[in-house]
Amino acid sequence: MSLDELYKETILDHYAHPRNKGKLNNSTITVEGANPLCGDEISLYLLVEGGRIVDVRFEGRGCSISQASTSMMTEIIKGKDLSQVRALIDAFKGMMHGKEPEIDLGDLVALQGVRKFPVRIKCATLAWIALQQALDSFEERGAVVTRVVEE
Amino acid sequence: MRMAIPRTVREDFPIFRRRVHGKPLVYLDSAATSQKPRQVIEALVRYYEEYNANVHRGIYTLAEEATAKYEEARRKVATFIHARRPEEVIFTRSTTEAINLVAYAWGLHYLREGDEILLTEMEHHSNLVPWQIVASLKGASLRFLSFDEEGYLVLDDLERVLTERTKVVAVSHQSNVLGTINPVDEIVKRAHDVGAIVVVDGAQSVPHMPVDVQKLGCDFLAFSGHKMCGPTGIGALYGRYELLEAMPPFHGGGEMIQLVQLHTSTYKDPPWKFEAGTPNIADAIAWGVAIDYLCEVGMEAIRTHEKELVQYALNRLQEMAEVKVYGPRDVERRGSALAFNVADVHPHDVAQVLDQEGICIRAGHHCTQPLHRRLGVAATARASFYLYNTEEDIDQLVAGLQRVRELFSRVPR
Repeated sequence: MSLDELYKETILDHYAHPRNKGKLNNSTITVEGANPLCGDEISLYLLVEGGRIVDVRFEGRGCSISQASTSMMTEIIKGKDLSQVRALIDAFKGMMHGKEPEIDLGDLVALQGVRKFPVRIKCATLAWIALQQALDSFEERGAVVTRVVEE
Repeated sequence: MRMAIPRTVREDFPIFRRRVHGKPLVYLDSAATSQKPRQVIEALVRYYEEYNANVHRGIYTLAEEATAKYEEARRKVATFIHARRPEEVIFTRSTTEAINLVAYAWGLHYLREGDEILLTEMEHHSNLVPWQIVASLKGASLRFLSFDEEGYLVLDDLERVLTERTKVVAVSHQSNVLGTINPVDEIVKRAHDVGAIVVVDGAQSVPHMPVDVQKLGCDFLAFSGHKMCGPTGIGALYGRYELLEAMPPFHGGGEMIQLVQLHTSTYKDPPWKFEAGTPNIADAIAWGVAIDYLCEVGMEAIRTHEKELVQYALNRLQEMAEVKVYGPRDVERRGSALAFNVADVHPHDVAQVLDQEGICIRAGHHCTQPLHRRLGVAATARASFYLYNTEEDIDQLVAGLQRVRELFSRVPR
């Protein structure tokens, strides 16, 4: 079990240079995810138009794994329609629990190493679980502001 | 350098034979829980193998032996903190339960609407949340003493926040994050002047320095066995006997009663009034053995040893420009819990890298979310020392932190 497997360069790159960082003032969905135990926090801002995520930003602070995972997530979901986003969520969560992804996850594959450090899996999935719950509420009631606390 | 406590003391702690990820164990998390000497582990086994029986009601030999040992442990705890009599020591599950005992048994009985409870911004959640609950039940309110940039309480503010409305002052003796040793004796004098009682959270002080409740003058002191070489699951509440006598019980049940009728009961005298149900006999007895052990090493020696270690750690960490240390720099006014952050690296990542080197530190908010909010950070890393730590442990920590820097400097520009 080597630390280089956990802290891959792609991860450190996204941690040091997060993509889509910032706030979106015209977002349709705002969701906060928090893991009080670690102190990892993220806020996701999504602009959904015609069933497609046309823009996304995030703010947050936390460990390299949680922030890199969020950064990579924003990159891959931008421009995708909601059903594709759902498939990505399933594939990523599946991968973190040992399943080989059936769709291309791009940079996110770098997070596979986290599986060997079980206490860190929650760091990697924080943003994804927040996104999933936000989509659930969005599809039920339209525009949402919601908060997800991961235990 | 020759330290106040020789490194041979480590031979008493079987866990140091262990290796983690192939490396020798460097245990720097004694503020969370301490390691246990062989004597304590053997005391637990001896109780279960030789005289396991319930206390206070058997008339057979085993029960008499168990009762005698259990009450002997109470005397050891009482002597250790210089209580006037053993009956001032109530066995609890933990520091947390001890504070809840005061909050509920004393607080629910004596607090009135409009009363104030004075806490500090550096309290552990265990000395904050129980007071929030009781205050909301009684219509009382909470006030807070802040701390300054160096991590010292701003005592000048006492003037403003300590008034005749203050009924309870609850304060940590030693911060589990900043390491600050608070001037409890002075706070007690000021609190008693306005008629408030003082509850001291001694979880981080009692294991690490000589503590004398009579000198402190506090009304209650809560502390735990497992942070001072004893087992988990046992702690104590010291309370001034007159206060304990006047207080209603905390939990009801067996062991705490004299005469039970269908509608009413009478209770035993303190401390037994507050020990409902079968107590944690084995762990209380083993805690007594831990106290014997600490006394043999000497609490003054432990305090000196930790001052040497903290000074060494402060010096070594100062060499690293990217490491920011929180809390006082003056080792006379601080204990051995040392919180820090490495620039641009989250404490969880720091702890993860150190774990790979066999080094155990804590990362997170250490049950002090308001304190971290005040510091303006979500989390910190924390190293904490005890009698078995050495300067080599700190050298390992510094080497580990250099490894953290190396790993995280691979970041593509």
